[in-house]
Amino acid sequence: MAKHITSEKTYYLIFAALIGMTLLTVALSFVELGGLHLIVGLAIATTKAVLVALFFMHLLYSSRLSWTMFLSGLFWLGILLSLTLADYLSRNVMSY
Amino acid sequence: MSAKETYLWHHFDDLEQQHEATALGMWTFLATEVLIFGGLFTGYTVYRARYSPDFAVASHHLNIVIAAVNTVVLLGSSLTMALSVRAVQTGQRRKLLTCMILTAMLGSMFLMLKAVEYSEDYKENLVPGLAFQDRDWSPRGADPAPVKMFLMFYYIMTGLHAVHLLIGIAVLAVMTDLARRNWFSPEYYTPIEAWGLYWHFVDIVWIFLLPLLYLVGSHTR
Repeated sequence: MAKHITSEKTYYLIFAALIGMTLLTVALSFVELGGLHLIVGLAIATTKAVLVALFFMHLLYSSRLSWTMFLSGLFWLGILLSLTLADYLSRNVMSY
Repeated sequence: MSAKETYLWHHFDDLEQQHEATALGMWTFLATEVLIFGGLFTGYTVYRARYSPDFAVASHHLNIVIAAVNTVVLLGSSLTMALSVRAVQTGQRRKLLTCMILTAMLGSMFLMLKAVEYSEDYKENLVPGLAFQDRDWSPRGADPAPVKMFLMFYYIMTGLHAVHLLIGIAVLAVMTDLARRNWFSPEYYTPIEAWGLYWHFVDIVWIFLLPLLYLVGSHTR
């Protein structure tokens, strides 16, 4: 692994973006969005999480091995969510 | 002794390999942590899919101001953590110590605000089993049972997150003391980098807790 030193400016920019998105997501909860609140909230949260992982956690400059573990974590979470929800969310469909 | 002889474990070829192995180990641990929190997030999703309106009523009783301030505090601690890693990479001892202490202080501030929030919740009868009035919820169109379920998710998820942060602060305190004794150098800073990964992970968990617990539905009603 080549040692990569991120510039301070990058860190401050990412931090500013994270704060901006936090204020945005809190502000949006005071607006009437109907059923969109969950989607908007999660979209903003995911964007923030990606920024933290890529820059603060240095994933952008990490080895493929680190990427593999990062993606397997998400993959296992995907299995957990999809198999569980495939059961619970289909219970009303199969009414008997 | 050179840095290499001091820091390098005998089972690694060189410091680079050792650094890489440590990072991989931390990422593996974090993948299991994703599943610990993932179980709670999945349970939350199942109940929310079924009792969405009741969850919204319950969510609006949580303190959104403290939650927003805490998010900023925790993001700030992530920034100073990232700057700590940069400071040790560039060999700036004074800056390293300042940033690490700031990180621990911001983390502690988060926990203090959380404690204030819990006590407010208690005063507002939002603690099932200790302080909770079933009859308060029916006039607002909510069923008390799923409201209790939401609140239990709230306490367990934020509680587990707080425990993680507590561990994070404790380990960071030890590392700060090691840094004060010149334990780390631009050649060897693996523990700080690895603990930074943990710290940022705890931050990411909170990033998802904010919309899922505090920002359910519109606050306009």
